[in-house]
Amino acid sequence: MAESARQDTPEQVEFRQYCREWLKHNKPGEPPVRLPLSPLEIMTTDQLTYLQAWQKSAYDAGLIGCDYPVAVGGRGRSDCQRVANEEMVGARTPFLPNVIGLGMAAPTVFYHGQTALKERLLPRLFSGEDIWCQGFSEPGAGSDLASVQTFAERKGDKWLINGHKVWTSLAHFAEWMIILLRTDRAHKYDGLSYFVVPIRAALGKGVTVRPLIKITGETGFNEVLFENLEVDDSYRLDELGKGWQVAMTTLLHERGAGELKTPHSGGMKSKSTHSTNTSNLIELARTTLRNGQPAAEDPLLRDRIMQLVIREAGLGQNQRRARVPALQDHPSRLLLQNKLLASEIAQDIAAVALEIEGASASLYLGDDNAPAGGQWPMAYMNSYGMTIAAGTSEVQRNILGERVLGLAKSK
Amino acid sequence: MTQPDNFGFGEEAALLKASARKFFAEHFATDTLHKMVASDHSPERMTACAWDRKLWQQMVDLGWTSLAVPESAGGLGMPVVAVAGLVEELGRAAFPCPLLATLNTTYVLAACGSEGDATLAEIAEGITASLAITNSQGSWAAAHTDVQCAQGKLNGTAWFVQDARKVDRLLVSAQAGDRLALYWVATDAAGVTVVPDAIVDLTRDQAHVRFDNVQAREVTGVGLAALQQAMPAIWTLLAADITGAAEWQLQTTVDYVGTRQQFEHPLGYFQAVKHPLVDVMVLIDQCKSLVYNAACALDTEPARAVELAHMAKASASDTAAFASGRSVQYHGGIGFTWECFVHLYFKRQKHSQLLWGDAAWHRAQLANLLIGNVN
Repeated sequence: MAESARQDTPEQVEFRQYCREWLKHNKPGEPPVRLPLSPLEIMTTDQLTYLQAWQKSAYDAGLIGCDYPVAVGGRGRSDCQRVANEEMVGARTPFLPNVIGLGMAAPTVFYHGQTALKERLLPRLFSGEDIWCQGFSEPGAGSDLASVQTFAERKGDKWLINGHKVWTSLAHFAEWMIILLRTDRAHKYDGLSYFVVPIRAALGKGVTVRPLIKITGETGFNEVLFENLEVDDSYRLDELGKGWQVAMTTLLHERGAGELKTPHSGGMKSKSTHSTNTSNLIELARTTLRNGQPAAEDPLLRDRIMQLVIREAGLGQNQRRARVPALQDHPSRLLLQNKLLASEIAQDIAAVALEIEGASASLYLGDDNAPAGGQWPMAYMNSYGMTIAAGTSEVQRNILGERVLGLAKSK
Repeated sequence: MTQPDNFGFGEEAALLKASARKFFAEHFATDTLHKMVASDHSPERMTACAWDRKLWQQMVDLGWTSLAVPESAGGLGMPVVAVAGLVEELGRAAFPCPLLATLNTTYVLAACGSEGDATLAEIAEGITASLAITNSQGSWAAAHTDVQCAQGKLNGTAWFVQDARKVDRLLVSAQAGDRLALYWVATDAAGVTVVPDAIVDLTRDQAHVRFDNVQAREVTGVGLAALQQAMPAIWTLLAADITGAAEWQLQTTVDYVGTRQQFEHPLGYFQAVKHPLVDVMVLIDQCKSLVYNAACALDTEPARAVELAHMAKASASDTAAFASGRSVQYHGGIGFTWECFVHLYFKRQKHSQLLWGDAAWHRAQLANLLIGNVN
């Protein structure tokens, strides 16, 4: 934290001091319920209520959305979200539940929505009172996102939506969905339009949310079915047929490469949360016996752990270097690597953790003898969600190869 | 002490890096390099030691050899991050010269306290030097030397001396009784024989150096501490060189797979080529970020310098290996020939990969720091 503090503007200095002071007195206590690994795995209303209360208090204090204009619920600050994020993580707070709203919906609505819509939706998004979800993927449109078929048919000032969205995290709690819809079947990219849809209000009246069960056994994401759902044209973002361009704003921010920094907290130490990082991996290696010797003394495991330490440090330093223009040859080269690297590093850390655990890696959450409560097998399985969702690692490598290296576009 | 968020890479450093890139781009294209160093393709050739002394003199005149010499000894006293920026550009150009050798020597001398000042002053005046600190096994441990000193005379052989035929002086580590001391010797002094090694790398020269009753000036009697203190800077700068060279390999290969057509498409269209090239880029970026992180630690957070420099060189060695392999492979048949320039960098990188510790060795040292030694 302190390393960034040295570069602060006067506004940031003052704001950092304010955040630190506020967090000292207002950081939430130990959660009354077991928290999931990430906002995308929130399963119960108890979990959600606790996390929403945290987001609301942080928003009311001005720590969330603070770089947005006052008119849309922000505080009109300059590059202060980064400061708030650093202080919130430094204070080891819980994570923010409205993660899709903050990271993807907010910048998209802000850049492409009509003024009245922004002013109405964004304050409750920032406060976490309205949870948001994202309707992009479909059974037939995964990596090839532009082939979405869920259709919006024009009826005067209204649109009639029919179709099927999948992998919709948080849809079971969401008031609102950002959604990519087909409005013209003749044109693949130019036939797409982008809307926000009030799904909670329409449950049972054109919208059905059904949980999908993950490889881990957890719920948390869903499929959402639309049957003649009527929405107002004022919920459309940007022009008709510009849905793909609007979606690029969403994806840019999802990949951490957007102009507006996403509000972010976390770091709370809790028996019930588990972080897939190399300090936990080293701790596991120290405390696990491998054929009678500490796993941390096995030279091959040491080498593999160090490979991961180096990759993890490299990612952290990439993010630091991304803020130093003189040390980059291409403006988005580092930022576009973030998602790919973070997800693959986490996957490989979890894979090595299972090898360290050895036979005990077979024990899952329900087993009293499971090391670390069975969290490592769960983290390993969950890591595939990260390498698949939001553009698979293969799609990420295409994006990097084409946009950054300038290689010919693959089909 | 904490590190500044921008690695301490300020305006001066950015200017130096940009001017170095411009300097090499204007004066030293890759075909010039190829003409200069690759005239003899015979596998049994001796290393030619061809280099452009006029261009080198310009670099000396620009002050590049005295960048790391502290101001108190008459140098420019630039931070390591700025020097790393210059060395990254040097690696990108693969320019044969004793800059890296002289910088390495500078960091060892600077670690000798006031005992190093007189010698540093020579470097500030334009004298070039290399380290003669490695034994016949090529050990990466600073304590290992095959040279002895008794009654002020050096005897023995120093191995794997980099750019030995291009430098004026050697900083020699020798066992003097129960201590390891450092000595300053002219390469043309009586009793010094520089025996060139026939090496694969065409962009550097290397030699073993025999010392027969060589009268030598002792720089310090506590040489081991100085060497150990300087090694992180040496690893970091070599990693910076590798970063620049790897970026050349990447961009050159990207250009080639963008033009070469097979199966009615440029090669880069195929994901079997595209994705590994992205992985090369990812490794380069990891390496580059870790280089400036380590350099910044050397400038502002010395307690973490060893750890972070191990990370940088481990990453660099892996980057050198992977970028080199892919550069030749994706140039296909032409990449396997002497006439294609990629072999120059391939060979330089394989040399750099194994110089001053390979990836596995650096990771083993890192594990000792982060996990603890194995009993």
